[in-house]
Amino acid sequence: MEAKTFVNPKNSAALLLVGTMKGAFLLSSEASRERWDVSGPHFPGRVVYSMAYDGRDRRQRIWASSTHFAFGTLLHSTEDFGRTWTNPESAPVKFPEETGQSLRQIWQIAVGSEQGKMYCGVEPAALFESNDAGQSWSLVQGLFDHPHRSQWQPGGGGLCLHTILVDPSNAKRLHVAISTGGVYRTDDGGKSWQVRNQGISAEFLPDKYPEFGQCVHKVARHPSRPERLFLQNHGGLFRSDDAGDSWHEIVNGVSSDFGFPMAMHPHDPDTAYIFPLEREMRCSPDGRLRVYRTRDAGGSWQPLSTGFPQEASYETVLRDGMDADSLQPAGIYFGTRSGKVYGSRDEGETWRLILAGLPAITCVKAVVL
Amino acid sequence: MAIAFYIPGLLRLQTGGRSQVDIDAAAATVGEALAVLWLEYPGLRDRLVTEQGEVRQHVNIFVGAENIRDCGGFSATVSDGAAITILPAVSGG
Repeated sequence: MEAKTFVNPKNSAALLLVGTMKGAFLLSSEASRERWDVSGPHFPGRVVYSMAYDGRDRRQRIWASSTHFAFGTLLHSTEDFGRTWTNPESAPVKFPEETGQSLRQIWQIAVGSEQGKMYCGVEPAALFESNDAGQSWSLVQGLFDHPHRSQWQPGGGGLCLHTILVDPSNAKRLHVAISTGGVYRTDDGGKSWQVRNQGISAEFLPDKYPEFGQCVHKVARHPSRPERLFLQNHGGLFRSDDAGDSWHEIVNGVSSDFGFPMAMHPHDPDTAYIFPLEREMRCSPDGRLRVYRTRDAGGSWQPLSTGFPQEASYETVLRDGMDADSLQPAGIYFGTRSGKVYGSRDEGETWRLILAGLPAITCVKAVVL
Repeated sequence: MAIAFYIPGLLRLQTGGRSQVDIDAAAATVGEALAVLWLEYPGLRDRLVTEQGEVRQHVNIFVGAENIRDCGGFSATVSDGAAITILPAVSGG
């Protein structure tokens, strides 16, 4: 790997934002996605759990969170593809002192559907919002005050709000997912939140279908059909066709119903991608690297393995480690805890190793410039 | 009263590159001395303490050779000529 100081966006059509346990990397390519340039590490030695791209209002702004083991968590942005990053004096995202909470990680950065709106999901589980495109942030008090909050329990990764889904058709509606707590939805811009876990299982609790407490790993939605949601659970795959009011299982031929990511096809609301993991080892089952794809909204799933090693390949992909670009045909990408980035230029039919040798990958976000 | 702060490399972006910051203040405790330091270099505060005002778990602050966790925390006393050293804890992995 030859890491440059920066990538040149003038020659780029596709960009991958790759967060790792020891810094961030930017990968850029022409529309063919044949060859990738790499820049990084950005924030060397720091954990980068979340990255995002804000292309609204002709911006080309990349966001990244960084956590230093001693000096805490900051939110940074760059307008020049990583040549320079903001280094804020005070932490942009932090709890009010009276909450008694201290920020550990920023797990998710999301760009809102309204102008200037942005969100951060954090650990301990809470939501922050910005109305000025990330210049200032405040705690979403309505969720912080939810009566369930004191009963949410940390999963293996901590008590985190890891998923934020904006609704392009309804600026007042937002879904979040918490491990462990499950799915919550607001229909009034964050003032009040309703639990939306009916039908989602919690195999690790005596009550297998509790009101809340589920360990939801990832939820995805297609912008053209915002009432439909796909969900990878800690055990189980689910779909909702009514914006989370009810869920039903869609494990139909998948090698394991355990996994972390859930990625949508950019152009087809019936197509989604997952990376099943063996339940105990939490690696690709049988040492065979396989992505599963559904083209019928979970009615059936097909393993995709062309180009992947099919023996002694025990890989793990974390919840934000898979994404799709919006080119034609769509590119699908994922990063592993062993530091490999794989990609497909044909919607998952064939795959190749784009890059190896990175630190453990926490997130992969695909951007079309 | 003169107090010298020694700043670790990773935090020198917040002090204009300075490894040593000398303050002249009537500070009786480490907390009072840090408040003066943060007035001059506000970017240090959030990197050293949590939202609850507690020293971050893996940050160590020494007065002379003594970690303030062992001598009263922010109430640890300082005297004229004190040397306060800020260091990240040793860590691996």
